[in-house]
Amino acid sequence: MTDATASGVPAGKHTSGSLLEQSPRTKRRNASEARFRFYGMAAVGIGLVFLVLLLIAIVRNGVPAYTQTFLSLPIELKAEALDKNGNRDLEDIRKVSTFGYNPLLDEALLRVVADNGIESDYSGADLRKMISSSAAAQVRDYVLTHPAQIGETVEFRVLASSRVDGYLKGRVLREDLERDKNLDAAHLDIIDVLKDAGAVTRTFNWAFIFGADASESRPEQAGIGVSMLGSLFMMIVVLVLSLPIGVAASIYLEEFAPKNRWTDLIEVNISNLAAVPSIVFGILGLAVFIQFMHLPQSAPLVGGLVLTLMTLPTIIISTRASLKSVPPSIRDAALGVGASKMQSVFHHVLPLAMPGILTGTIIGLAQALGETAPLLLIGMVGYIASNYPDGVASGFLDPNSAMPAQIYEWAKRADPAYYERAWGGIIILLLFLMTMNIIAVILRRRFERRW
Amino acid sequence: MYDSPSLETKVTDKAIKIAAQNVQVFYGDTHAIKDVNVQIQDKTVTAFIGPSGCGKSTFLRCLNRMNDTIDICRVEGDILLDGEDIYDKRVDPVQLRAKVGMVFQKPNPFPKSIYDNIAYGPRIHGLAKSKADLDEIVEKSLRRGAIWDEVKDRLHAPGTGLSGGQQQRLCIARAVATEPEVLLMDEPCSALDPIATGQVEELIDELRDSYSVVIVTHSMQQAARVSQKTAFFHLGNLVEYGETSQIFTNPVDSRTESYITGRIG
Repeated sequence: MTDATASGVPAGKHTSGSLLEQSPRTKRRNASEARFRFYGMAAVGIGLVFLVLLLIAIVRNGVPAYTQTFLSLPIELKAEALDKNGNRDLEDIRKVSTFGYNPLLDEALLRVVADNGIESDYSGADLRKMISSSAAAQVRDYVLTHPAQIGETVEFRVLASSRVDGYLKGRVLREDLERDKNLDAAHLDIIDVLKDAGAVTRTFNWAFIFGADASESRPEQAGIGVSMLGSLFMMIVVLVLSLPIGVAASIYLEEFAPKNRWTDLIEVNISNLAAVPSIVFGILGLAVFIQFMHLPQSAPLVGGLVLTLMTLPTIIISTRASLKSVPPSIRDAALGVGASKMQSVFHHVLPLAMPGILTGTIIGLAQALGETAPLLLIGMVGYIASNYPDGVASGFLDPNSAMPAQIYEWAKRADPAYYERAWGGIIILLLFLMTMNIIAVILRRRFERRW
Repeated sequence: MYDSPSLETKVTDKAIKIAAQNVQVFYGDTHAIKDVNVQIQDKTVTAFIGPSGCGKSTFLRCLNRMNDTIDICRVEGDILLDGEDIYDKRVDPVQLRAKVGMVFQKPNPFPKSIYDNIAYGPRIHGLAKSKADLDEIVEKSLRRGAIWDEVKDRLHAPGTGLSGGQQQRLCIARAVATEPEVLLMDEPCSALDPIATGQVEELIDELRDSYSVVIVTHSMQQAARVSQKTAFFHLGNLVEYGETSQIFTNPVDSRTESYITGRIG
């Protein structure tokens, strides 16, 4: 395509003729160049189109996860239901389970419906389908922390059920509800009225960012916060292990190791390791760390160890590349004034290679942050439904999940409300990755080569 | 020995600083230096000349064991510095290089300040006891490098920001700062323009008072201008070694004559 000599234009014509007009050969060459430019632009264009489509899809599907529908509900905390003995003893109050709170919720719902002039033959239990089943627990928690409020009427903002939430977000349509056992169209009429009355509101959902996972039937309550913590613990393990090990290994291999068959073999194997599918590291981690070393399952420490194995080759390769890119004249200069090998490396070569090393490390970490497959194998998909600090997500050895694993879990669940949350989680994950990549770019810019 | 009886006696009475005996250098299977014998005098500028690939730089790098950094390089024979074999097992090349400083073909200042460039050597060798000491060494070295007046107001500016000629003089000052006894220069002017070259050559002439200077050069004019002794290398052999004036006016070996008159190389 680029080689015009292959075409059958007779040779030896270019010497004669005016410079002001293009010879057929030149025309052909120019045309082929123009074609190639077009192909290139088309390729870039196609890439951009896919990128834009991806971004649109993520934003459209994910952004709704960041708002949540709440119902303002004045609930009378009846003493005869919550504290039968009337002595405000916390032990007694605690004996009332969330089931004991349901009648209070029913009553409050019936009253709200009646107050807004809605005619409905729904019982309280029917109306309760409009709100999240977390509401009873929310009220109970409040009562346990504020026992003095028993007997009063307190205004609660309880989560609406995921169907109601989906209806207000346009995800659930009236037609859909014909086959739905949880909610009827009549519920939606009530919601419409309550929304106009201001009792049903949609606000930003901090609980999605900072909260814990929730059960299959309560997608409205689920958040990614705890798995973010799990990811953070893992990244700490990865950074603490892979940076020193990786940098030490690269410095030794690049600057000190003799060049022989063994180091060649090691070099080839490091490159190969970088291409090993991550799930292989997962099953290796399962066999070595969990089955052999008996480290706990679902622990960020194990996840971090597995991801360290995965990240090491990336860090070693990028560190070696940046060590290689330091001009040998700098090493000569240091050796020439009588520096030892180690002094020349640590005083001169390493500082110059630092931006490259840090960039490689951050890229490696970003890769590890988004890795899912090995985590599934070592059980880093713990179901943690309680928040820090009373939850179990508090340390390196406690069960936890990680962001990508959590997203995978959500996408797997049946309720479309979870699908929405999976997209929302993707946005958070991408924000983290983007931040890390931007830091890498800034580091590169800041420590631009200075020789 | 190709050393011929010298015509001038002016420089021959100086002490022998480096004595090389039957030096062979191999790069893998390549025999790069063949049986070189040479005696380099103290307080003298000795020039190594010869066509490209003749081994003059290789031989120069043997004198402070810079070739150690090349895995496949092997050196045989004896090189004595003040009578001590520098390839003896007990010799630490780091200590040797503090005694035998080196200036490279391309100016290679550290990407640090001018001050730190000079101070680095004294610091790692512990030559300065205090900050004031170090300041003094830096000033002295920069003066020796004939660059003090140009940089004294910006000692903390990066050394890489200087012009090529200034950078090379900075590198010479850096080499001088560790108080070496021998100064090796590997084509120090090949990356410089004629004016900077003139300044560096002038500097080399001054350095002769205190050091034994060995300079590798492509330029025969330069060798004639700065050196008192000249060694001509050809295909790994030391063809002729003697007084510069004698080599250039009255060479003994026909190959030397061919090279000097431009017929080979």
